[in-house]
Amino acid sequence: MQSLVIVAHGSHLNPDSATPTHTHADTIRETGVFDEVRTGFWKEQPSLREVLRTARGDDIYVVPLFISEGYFTERVIPRELRLEGWDPELWDSEGISADTATLVASDIGREVHYCGPVGTHEAMTDVLIRRAETVTGDEDVGEGFGFAVVGHGTERNKKSAKAIEYHTERIRETGRFDEVKSLYMDEEPEVDNVSDEFDSEDIIVVPLFIADGYHTQEDIPEDMGLTADYREGYDVPAEVDGHRIWYGGAVGTEKLTADVILERAADAGADIGNAITRVGQQTKPTTGTAGK
Amino acid sequence: MSTVGPTLSETQLAALKQALAEDVIDYDGLTADYDADTDTYHIETPDKQTDPSAEELETVDAELTAYITNWYFYTHEVSTAVNRAFCRWLELAAEHPVPDRYATLDSGVDREWGQLAVTTSISADGTRHYEVRHVDDSDADATNLTAHTDPLAAREIGTLDENGRYRPLRTAPSLKTGWIFPKLSAAEVYEAVEAFYPATVVNWHREERGELDVDHWRDEQDRQSGIYNLITVLPDEAVDWAAAACCDDSQCLKRREWQLSADEPLAAAGGDGVFPCRGPCSMVVAAGREWAKLERQDTQTYEFELTPSEKEQLENIIDAVADNEIDEIREADVSNSANRYRVRYLREKRVDAEGNLSGTPTHPDDEHHH
Repeated sequence: MQSLVIVAHGSHLNPDSATPTHTHADTIRETGVFDEVRTGFWKEQPSLREVLRTARGDDIYVVPLFISEGYFTERVIPRELRLEGWDPELWDSEGISADTATLVASDIGREVHYCGPVGTHEAMTDVLIRRAETVTGDEDVGEGFGFAVVGHGTERNKKSAKAIEYHTERIRETGRFDEVKSLYMDEEPEVDNVSDEFDSEDIIVVPLFIADGYHTQEDIPEDMGLTADYREGYDVPAEVDGHRIWYGGAVGTEKLTADVILERAADAGADIGNAITRVGQQTKPTTGTAGK
Repeated sequence: MSTVGPTLSETQLAALKQALAEDVIDYDGLTADYDADTDTYHIETPDKQTDPSAEELETVDAELTAYITNWYFYTHEVSTAVNRAFCRWLELAAEHPVPDRYATLDSGVDREWGQLAVTTSISADGTRHYEVRHVDDSDADATNLTAHTDPLAAREIGTLDENGRYRPLRTAPSLKTGWIFPKLSAAEVYEAVEAFYPATVVNWHREERGELDVDHWRDEQDRQSGIYNLITVLPDEAVDWAAAACCDDSQCLKRREWQLSADEPLAAAGGDGVFPCRGPCSMVVAAGREWAKLERQDTQTYEFELTPSEKEQLENIIDAVADNEIDEIREADVSNSANRYRVRYLREKRVDAEGNLSGTPTHPDDEHHH
């Protein structure tokens, strides 16, 4: 029997932080490809320290619902899960190619497959594009549109910018959008200047974040000039300096993210049948524009 | 009681025969084996023994039927050791032999797990059903409660408290009322409880087996990195205050088993919860980090001018906040120290324009008083 364990940050302050984790866990439960899907959090219960003991499978796949490689995926999670002999070298990655490592978790005395983070998987590019479709309500969106992938920047984690650039490049390679650029919150090119960075009149802006919270709901909308006060909300699209900004919010809330979790587990050897195709179909938006 | 002609189902009978073809059965007061040479069975319970043929097996009496359906339920309908242990705890299995237990289950056996009231009942075929509701709704008419069938609905119910505030600590005694899971299976009741109080059943089970792995405060300190490294400088006596502040039963339903270290117990009470707490949680660690910052300050002697009742008022305000009694204070109950009008009056009288109590600056040597 196989278990999927999704590990995420969670929050003491924001009840929405864990929402994507639970939503994606539910989507994957519905596929039935795992005998159980468990969730564990750094800041909520069950803690990372105790989540493995809630899993009963013989094959346990641990997928971090995090955006980039770095402090959490390389240090905190392996330590809290008690993965014996963990070394970031086992992933053999420079920032975007972590795949999987199989180690004994001393908490349960059994092997677990510890996968790379969701955010750096190539399938995350598809989720960013899906978000462009849902936020514009147009599944063929592309021509005439610019696309900005937004990240934190390197201040806290050098590898986080790598994930942003990686997906930016992959979206660019599809040739679907007129312009594709990376923007950052705390370094150049800054998200504040989004309208200067693009020639396209229509710009889709999607933060590569897992959950909506302070940064994606307050900081970024205000910094871009979508609204003077986040509490008053903003239009999608919003007019800023002669551009229409289609702001999508944290990409991790897009339902298709469940697919990336499945991809991670499959890369580590999980038998997931055709669940990826099914989730891809099932999470497809059917009608209307997103936004408010 | 549904003892009128309870019989084993074909499925149960087949499972019994198959199990006995492979091995003997020794479960919860029932021992049985099969003699292939004579094609007879030997069945024993604490009160009787019998040697039925395969045919007679179908018509064993009510008491034996109870033992066999009990064996069938726990071995075929409950799939994990922890689920089994929990369901047995729910029906007080350790205290009642099977026939007694079936009688009590007929009217429902009530147990409390944190703020959950779980009632176990039984069908004639031995299948258990579980009803879960808030302990404060124990006497409520079920039709007045919102009914749920999906155990994972517990996750949503437990996210916000009665006032719509986020509950970052799911084991805090602030679960809202007004809901019911009227009929869950053994696997479902486990999942519902897991969603309300994550990892509590599995930790309780480890403790039951004498295998609970406790991470004491010093273990936790040693393990931290990043911003939480700061807890390494929290003084030992402050750990006691932190445990008393955060881990008391009024704040968390887990029973704190962690100490300063295995050899250095904390003075604070650990609580009486059913399920154990095996290590400082992320809330305690995050709070510990703040207190570590605050504890770096030295004390200072201040002089304040207060009437005796004003001094007591300040103390009572601390109590009212710490004991979460603010919401219970009536609007016009000015005799209550923490009443808003009373506190506003005190502020008008004793706090100056800079916000200093009795006009006494926080940093007397500093130009900026706050």
